Amino acid sequence: MTEQSNRLSTFHGGLKLDGHKTMSLTSPIGKAVIPAKVIIPLHQHIGDTGELLVKEGDKVLKGQPLTLSSSYVSAPVHASTSGTIVKITDHKIPHPSGLSAPCVIIETDGKDEWTEVSPVEDFRQLDATELRNRIRHAGIVGLGGAAFPTAVKLNPGPDQKIDTVIFNGAECEPYITCDDMLMRERADDVISGIQISLYALNTNNGIIAIENNKPEAIGALNQAIKKSNATNIKVISMPTLYPTGGEKQLIKVITGKEVPGNGLPADIGIIVQNVGTMAAIHQAIHFGKPLISRIVTITGKGIKKPQNLETLIGTPMADLIAQCGGYKDDAEHLVMGGPMMGFTLTTDQLPVIKGCNCLLVETSELQKKSRPTMPCIRCGECVRVCPASLLPQQLYWYASSKNFDKVQDYHLFDCIECGCCAQVCPSQIPLVQYYRFAKTEIWNLERERQKSDHARMRHDFRQARLDKEKQEREERLRKKKEMLAKKQQQENAESGEEDPKKAAIEAALARVKAKKEQAGLTPKNTDNLTAGQQKLIEEADKRRNQSKAE
Amino acid sequence: MSILTAVITLGLIAGIFGLLLGYASIRFHVEGDPVVDKIDALLPQTQCGQCSFAGCRPYAEAIANGEAPINQCPPGGETTILALADLLGVEAIPLNAEHGEEKPVATVAIIDEQVCIGCTLCIQACPVDAILGAAKQMHTVIEDECTGCELCIPPCPVDCIEMIPLKETLETWKWPLPEHTHTAPKI
Ligand code: SF4
Ligand code: SF4
Ligand code: SF4
Repeated sequence: MTEQSNRLSTFHGGLKLDGHKTMSLTSPIGKAVIPAKVIIPLHQHIGDTGELLVKEGDKVLKGQPLTLSSSYVSAPVHASTSGTIVKITDHKIPHPSGLSAPCVIIETDGKDEWTEVSPVEDFRQLDATELRNRIRHAGIVGLGGAAFPTAVKLNPGPDQKIDTVIFNGAECEPYITCDDMLMRERADDVISGIQISLYALNTNNGIIAIENNKPEAIGALNQAIKKSNATNIKVISMPTLYPTGGEKQLIKVITGKEVPGNGLPADIGIIVQNVGTMAAIHQAIHFGKPLISRIVTITGKGIKKPQNLETLIGTPMADLIAQCGGYKDDAEHLVMGGPMMGFTLTTDQLPVIKGCNCLLVETSELQKKSRPTMPCIRCGECVRVCPASLLPQQLYWYASSKNFDKVQDYHLFDCIECGCCAQVCPSQIPLVQYYRFAKTEIWNLERERQKSDHARMRHDFRQARLDKEKQEREERLRKKKEMLAKKQQQENAESGEEDPKKAAIEAALARVKAKKEQAGLTPKNTDNLTAGQQKLIEEADKRRNQSKAE
Repeated sequence: MSILTAVITLGLIAGIFGLLLGYASIRFHVEGDPVVDKIDALLPQTQCGQCSFAGCRPYAEAIANGEAPINQCPPGGETTILALADLLGVEAIPLNAEHGEEKPVATVAIIDEQVCIGCTLCIQACPVDAILGAAKQMHTVIEDECTGCELCIPPCPVDCIEMIPLKETLETWKWPLPEHTHTAPKI
């Protein structure tokens, strides 16, 4: 059933890396201890946050939903064990920013008591929509790290025919072994989840793609396939080459097809799903259990007992570290994810989230590689290894000079941040950092543009409103004047009198005249006049009287 | 039968409205000046008036008519100047400090709801209708709509409006530029 790797295609570049996988493969998957408190971030996936369903003080049972997703691209979160909600507040979450986000904090009661679940005996009795709905309500997201809502991925749309579904068991990044262990120990669950996915996508062509450094996993899956007589699933063993597990790279290796630049795999009839996600689907459909735990690899040279632990979502990382014997003396960095694509955390007081596949404790030894950065010598090593066929040195040049148009012309957004280029760069340039910097800058510019478009619209709208109001005011004023005038005319016509305004003015004029006469027409500033002045006045008076007489 | 009547009636109504809308779009079409539009698209739309014009569009018109230089918009800062220089094919010049300085972080207005007397003066000043409230009622700023123009601050008789820096969220957080930047060689 396992196909030979010589019929496979290859992708450009890639690196052979030291796996460092055995250290966490020595013991079977353990069970992480139920912590005193679980901290459940409301947002652990790509898409919108759901609406909160609970409040502080509520008692919750294991598996009880904490949020409700009303938008399409979203996933609810659930209580991972039973207990009391002590706080709903911002708490630090595992994110490169080190920022906080809203979390539900549950004080556990240790009973681990399940809420009511509704298992499905035969999923074939349900239609694809109903299955997707259940997967959606179970809060299942891609467990390979991207955390994209699985129900959305299982619904490519009516006019998108899917003919191949690839189940990603490559796990190509060093140190991480959670998928390997899952496939070894829970192959039946994985196959069962795959059957549900294939049924929901209405296709009969499932391929489990695994790197050939995992013979036990391949064996276990083949056995599970045989046991369940699954003729629609086959296992393909691929050469171990980082990053074979990248979606586009995997598709290239398995099918030889290229996903178009800005396109999705579904555009060429392919969907890629992580094997861990399949086990979660199995739990959700056959047992009605939502995604409340995941397998986390706790490993690295800086941890005493590296192993895989089935961990409740929301368990503080510090608890996991403690269960693995704690840090060694030379432990330096805690990384979430692998050494190539993960990011460094500044504290271990953070909850495990759905997308957390690995906690890597690095020692100073691993960090020593970071010698000072030198200028780029244009050796082209980065170009040789880039699995996305990009020109990393050009990207670096344009990203560092903040030329965000140019950096996009060089397909920045096709970069999968695999880190191959930075790994081989003889000048030790942290290339991926520059790409991450440029990506977030560009997103931010786009957000600002949208915001200013919105402000322009609001401003124009206000302007239009003000203009309209002014017009209306003027109109009202004009109407009122007209009405008054009309009324006056009518009144005048009725009483047969003259225009009262005119009369009033005349009356006023008359009053002024009377007053003047009363004063005897004597100007007030005629005391103390010189003889000359007096004469001038008399002459003027004479002229005036003369002209009056005339 | 009644369905048919309904369909026909609705169809007719739709048709009439279609014609009306079509007519309106021709009759009331406003000829926009494409250059002004392009300049306006690059301005931040804070509508603060710091450029000494009554908003972004008037400034855009002045630039288009060659009546104002491109360095008078503090909210846009260097980014806007560079974009304008690029669009108009002119040399980028530093921001004219007479018009103000570029704010290091974006801010939004917040009203101290205990102190607000509900005078509505800020509502009248806000260029984007971001303030909610009625006479003698407490007022509040819709954070998402506020452009941070600060125009509402001077009119407030009880000084209860303050500008606060916009909180960084997971969506707005940006990776920093790595520290050791060497100039890449010229190509
Ligand atoms: S590997 Fe490093 S030094 Fe060589 S071309 Fe790429 S960025 Fe420049
Ligand atoms: S990090 Fe990006 S640019 Fe560098 S090798 Fe990977 S895909 Fe290519
Ligand atoms: S200074 Fe203010 S009003 Fe003028 S263009 Fe800039 S944001 Fe717009």
